Amino acid sequence: MTIIPGPGLPFPEDNPDDSDTPNNAPSVIKAAPEPPDKLPRSGLSVRDLFNEMTLALTARPARTILTAMGTVLGVAALVATLGLAKTAGNQIVTRFDELAATKVTVEPNQSFRQAPGGATSAIPWDAGDRLERLNGVRAAGTKSDVDVSGQLARSVPVIDPLGQTEFQVPVIAVSPGLFQSARSTLYTGRFFDEGHDERADPVAILGPAAAERLNVSRVDNNPAIFIGDQSFAVIGILATTQREPALLNSIVIPNGLARERYSLEVPSEVLIDVEIGATEQIRIQSATALSPNQPEALRSTASAPPSRVRGDVQNDLNALFLVLGAVSLLVGTIGIANVTLVSVLERTGEIGLRRALGATRRHIAVQFLSESVALGAFAGLVGTSLGILCVVIVSANEQWTPVLDPWLPFAAPVLGAITGLLAGTYPAWKAASTEPIAALRGLR
Amino acid sequence: MNTVVDLDQVSRTFPGTPPVEALKPTNLTIHTGQYIAIVGPSGSGKSTMLHLLGLLDSPTSGTYYLDDIDTSTLSEKERAGVRSSRIGFVFQSFHLLQHRTTVENVMLAEVYRPGSSSGRETRAIEALEQVGLGHRLDVSPATLSGGERQRVAIARALVSKPSLLLADEPTGNLDTATGEQILALFDQLHQDGLTLAVITHDDEVSARAQRRVRIRDGIVKAEDDNDGGLRPSGSRVVR
Repeated sequence: MTIIPGPGLPFPEDNPDDSDTPNNAPSVIKAAPEPPDKLPRSGLSVRDLFNEMTLALTARPARTILTAMGTVLGVAALVATLGLAKTAGNQIVTRFDELAATKVTVEPNQSFRQAPGGATSAIPWDAGDRLERLNGVRAAGTKSDVDVSGQLARSVPVIDPLGQTEFQVPVIAVSPGLFQSARSTLYTGRFFDEGHDERADPVAILGPAAAERLNVSRVDNNPAIFIGDQSFAVIGILATTQREPALLNSIVIPNGLARERYSLEVPSEVLIDVEIGATEQIRIQSATALSPNQPEALRSTASAPPSRVRGDVQNDLNALFLVLGAVSLLVGTIGIANVTLVSVLERTGEIGLRRALGATRRHIAVQFLSESVALGAFAGLVGTSLGILCVVIVSANEQWTPVLDPWLPFAAPVLGAITGLLAGTYPAWKAASTEPIAALRGLR
Repeated sequence: MNTVVDLDQVSRTFPGTPPVEALKPTNLTIHTGQYIAIVGPSGSGKSTMLHLLGLLDSPTSGTYYLDDIDTSTLSEKERAGVRSSRIGFVFQSFHLLQHRTTVENVMLAEVYRPGSSSGRETRAIEALEQVGLGHRLDVSPATLSGGERQRVAIARALVSKPSLLLADEPTGNLDTATGEQILALFDQLHQDGLTLAVITHDDEVSARAQRRVRIRDGIVKAEDDNDGGLRPSGSRVVR
């Protein structure tokens, strides 16, 4: 068998030292293709790098998994913390948000000194109509407490000596738009409308608590109630209301009726239901819309912006666990660095061999770095999965909707890979600076 | 006559106080197909010679021509590439990776050679057959005897079709009988036309070689030298 010399060297035809070389070479190993007219350059393809990395990491699976554990826990703690904070924050915010972020109220400014001879309040009776013309307002209505001079309410005009049939029930006068702006729903019957208001019809809507006390459970038989000696036809019973919980315990009558029977002078408050994001704009515009001459006579209020609420809630929840996660990530990094360094020392012989087989220092460094980066990324991936699992389990337990920032599942494995990169830098440098022959001689 | 190795006034000095001249200026030529033994006690400069011949170190002065390539002008990538394709290494302690099969160990020789992935396994199997291990392709080196391990290492050195096989104490970890088998394999490779340089302290090993040079205190002297491999200084013909 004949070894064919490398390119650039002609085959020896007449070599005195090789007189015993058989002329009929039995077999020849085909050399790997090399570009002609060019010195071979050392190189490491991505595929080979990946292959070497995989073989190195799977050579000792138990060690690989134990090495990754610190980073797994660190990433899992971070993901779980961020995920749970987001989930919990979202529970609070969704309940609060939708209502708070869409509510504006207008009241007379207590500190504003009325001009002499002016009206006692700047809120007009048609406040609801005026505001509903504004862009961003979904519904608006006025609400006023009615002074009934202590008269008791009852549902039947008879005196029953055995039981209490008369109650002190608050009476509230509203414009028809208030039911929409308070997001009230009916248990039965109907709301009153503009017509009832204008005609001052003697109608009333009962809150569910008031209806129970007055023993009114249906409206199809046209029940009537009495306040003092005034009678009212009950046309509807409320089921729920998202705002103005006082309505639940009250007798609600139209503004027109309150003005006629109880001499209500001005509405005391306007409640506006606005589109999400329009609170600030409506807060500014509503005073001018209601009192163009003296907007400062009114005071509009809107709740704090939702982003601030969310930020406050999450900051409290996050701080401690983020610190814990960062600490375990640091410990994980040190763990990877430590084990990689030990494995560099163990693999000194392998490093020398690779150098002898054509690896440059850079190849050695890249190989060790790729191993620690892959290990970190793997740990990050497992940690992310564990963290998300943790969020889901806690959410299921608390009956919450699990919420994650969409970038989190992608960023966390990258964080693991960065951990691996940091951890692998020193060992890779150490490996690259190993002297090949010393390595080849010293260790098996 | 073709030369594989041509050292022209090559020396290597390690910095320090005082500087250590591990290899004094040396001229050495190894022709194609020669089987040369470099002998000397430990500390004589053998490792330095191995470093230099294996392109793992650069001379302080002088020029090393390998296959007529002036290696002093090469970049690190080119040196590594030349090392990978023209030099096969065989070590005293084999340096096989324990978690890979024999074929995978032999295939490692071509990992650092771009464009070599196709047919890599076939070439590895052929190399293993050449050293008589065609029946132990997919076993772990841990299950092999010392002689078999060294033969896997030789197959790994041969797969790159080297111009020069550099063996560093190849029988140092083997018993006499097994060492004899390895030396017989070297004889066979020599007969097949391979150029071999064996670095050893063992006279029995060096006795098998065609030529012997002895290193002592960094000075190389010819022994059994019948073809003028050691020339007077400055005699190299510039090509």
